[in-house]
Order: sequence, then structure tokens, then C-alpha cells
Amino acid sequence: METVVHLSNAVAVLGRFPVLAGVDLEVAKGEIVLLQGPNGAGKTSLLRLCAGLLPLVRGEAIVLGCDLMTDRDGVRKRVGLLGHANGLYADLTVTENVRFWGSTVGASVAEVDAAMQRMGLAKRLAKVPVNRLSAGQRRRTALACLVARRAELWLLDEPHAGLDANGRDELDTTLREATNAGATIIVASHELERAGALATRLVEVVGGQTRERSL
Amino acid sequence: MLRVARLIAAKDLRIELRSRVVTNQVLPFAAIVMVMFAFAFNTDSVVQKVAPGLVWLATLFSLLTLVQRSFAVETADGATDALRGAGVDPAGIFLGKAIALAAQLAVLELVLLFTAVVLYSAEFRLSGLVLLVTTFVAATCGLALVGTLYGGLAAGVRGRETLLPLLLLPVVAPVLIGATRATEAALGTGGAVVADGWSWVGLLTVFVALFGVGGTLAFGPLIEE
Repeated sequence: METVVHLSNAVAVLGRFPVLAGVDLEVAKGEIVLLQGPNGAGKTSLLRLCAGLLPLVRGEAIVLGCDLMTDRDGVRKRVGLLGHANGLYADLTVTENVRFWGSTVGASVAEVDAAMQRMGLAKRLAKVPVNRLSAGQRRRTALACLVARRAELWLLDEPHAGLDANGRDELDTTLREATNAGATIIVASHELERAGALATRLVEVVGGQTRERSL
Repeated sequence: MLRVARLIAAKDLRIELRSRVVTNQVLPFAAIVMVMFAFAFNTDSVVQKVAPGLVWLATLFSLLTLVQRSFAVETADGATDALRGAGVDPAGIFLGKAIALAAQLAVLELVLLFTAVVLYSAEFRLSGLVLLVTTFVAATCGLALVGTLYGGLAAGVRGRETLLPLLLLPVVAPVLIGATRATEAALGTGGAVVADGWSWVGLLTVFVALFGVGGTLAFGPLIEE
């Protein structure tokens, strides 16, 4: 199985504070890995490290074949990080947002249309401004942007937060479809029951370190 | 870089067309500032004499609002972080945002100049037209570049609304001086002649080159963590 993420004794700091203190993590292509742990344990920092947004100070970190010590820009173009914010422009329509993010990697109109189709945004919601969407619809739009950006590794931080029951079900379906289409997903979540049902593996993050746990 | 710049500029201008913040808020604000100046200086001869400076002062005040708005749309839902995360060329982001800002400033300055001619009876002469256009182009580029650079700097900081004027206004002082003197020369205010204005355009051009190159290089590290 192709390895997408390989972290070995990875150390990262935020300012002067160590946020990851020797993390080990292996993620294979097509997996959905759930990161669990208390607030401040380092889940978000781990996602940001994998996204190339947090500099690696020590250890080894290879994501999608790019060494995070030397090629963070290479990783960023191929990874999609969806945090608490969606990264959408409220005054633009769903289509305009997806088209914009797709254009950053030179995606064609057909690719953008396909991304919207996949997220169920192609018909009724296509021309609706983002500021008129529900929280779940915004999440789906943000995920469509990741698809249009051709993200191979999805890093999702509390993706179920703020969604109602329908929105959560829709999101889970979307994530399963994404892995079937070849994406690899790492999810940081407090909701073990919901996200655990979705995940193929569970990794506990405590005190900036990781521990493999059974689901 | 140019592809990204075009993409960002088109996106920013589309957002402006949808939200109409410039037309509904910034333009009226600038017009009110011009009227307030007229009240404050109450004498026609004084207002006529200082009209070029008032146009550029009103532009600077409006610039603050435009820059705040330009980066508010990025930070509202974490788009700045998403742009960094997507590995979008920061130099392209800088140029794109500066182009969109320059386009909005250009519209604003045209309205302000027209207001100065109508409200302050500022004289307009054809012999100074080339100097006037060159001055407005150079000053607009300078303001847009420095506004984007400092807007990016202040965007991630707490208290950015009050920090931005504090950082930006001293830096744009050369543009205010250069643009005012060159506009005076173009309009013939206080007996100034057109030839006097070109050296000030030179100053504006140096400013544009400095912040164009500096901003393109510095914007990436500036928006990095």
C-alpha cells in the first residue's frame, strides 16, 4: 500500500512553545484516520504540520513524497486543509467559489462542474451566494473546493462541528465517496462515535505525541 | 505569478461588484469628507488653493477603508489561511489585490477630482492634462501597493482596525506630498507651472518601484505564520 504520510519523531513548535513532541504517524492511501484527544493535545498542529503550514523543527516528515523539511510548498499544492473556517468568499456564489479555488491549480470548467456534481451542488445551489447557505451547505461547498483543487490528502479539523443530523450524514457519505475516488483523509474530532464509524484507524494525540488505539 | 494575480484581482473586483461597498459606502464617505473640508475652509480662495491637497487627503482616508475591506473579505472565513495552505503564489496574491485596489481607487479619485472642480471651483487646464493623468496613475499605483502590503501585515494582528492607519499614513506621506505638488502644477494652483510637476512624478515613480518590488518579495513571509 502506498504511504501518503510518514512522520517519525516529528517535532514542531509554535512561537517558543513545543506543540508536537516527537510524533510518529503512518497513513496509507485511501485510509480515513481519526485523530482523537483532549483540547490542546496537538491535533490541529498535527494537521497543520501535514499541510505544510507548521514548520518541522526536528525529526522526519514526508507527505505525498515531499520532505516537509525542504519542500513545504510542494506539499501545500496537493493537500487540502479544512479547519474551523471554510475559506469561502461570502459574497460570491457557490460556483464562483469552487471555480476560484479550482483555478488556483488550473482546473478546467469540466473539473469544477464534476466537483460540484460530486458534492450535490450542481443544481439548486450553484448560483446561490455563500452567505445564504446553511452551515452544512457551506461545508459541502468547501469540500467541493478541495475536490476542484485536486487535493490528494484531506485534513479535516472538527468537520462535523455546527452541522445538524442531515448535514453530518451528508458529510460522512461525501468522505466515504472521496476515499473511494482515491483521496486519503485525516480527521481530527472529539466525536468518537460519529467519526469512529467513518474511520479505518484511530490515533490518540496526547501531549503532542501520538498513540495507536483500537476503534 | 501573473495568472494568480489576474485570478485574485478578478475575484476581488467581483466581490466588490456584488457587495457595492465602494459605491454605497466609500464614495459617499469621500464626498462627505470633501464637503466637510469646504465647510472648514469657508473661503473660496483658500479652498481653491488647497483643493489638490484635499483631494489626496480624502483619497488617503478612503484608502484606509478600502484596504480594511480588501483584507476583511480574506480573513472573514479564513481564506487567507486557505490561500497559504493551497500554496498559492504570495507574490501573485499581492499583485492581484493591489490591482483590484488600484481599480477601486481610480474610480474614487475620478469622483473626488470632479467634486473638487465643482465644489471648490478648482481650475482645470488642458496643458496640464498629461501631467495630471500621469500623476494620478503613479499615485494610485503607489497607494495600492503600499496599502496592500500594510493591509497584509495588519490583517493577522489583533486591533488591526486601529493599527492600520498608524502604520500606513506615515508611509504614504511621500505620495501625499508628491501627488499634491504634481496636481497643483497640473492645475496651475497658486501660479505653479506644468514643468514643476514632473520631478514630483519622478518621486512617485521611485515610490511605486520600491513598494512594487519590496511588496512582491515581502508579502509571502508577511502572511506566513
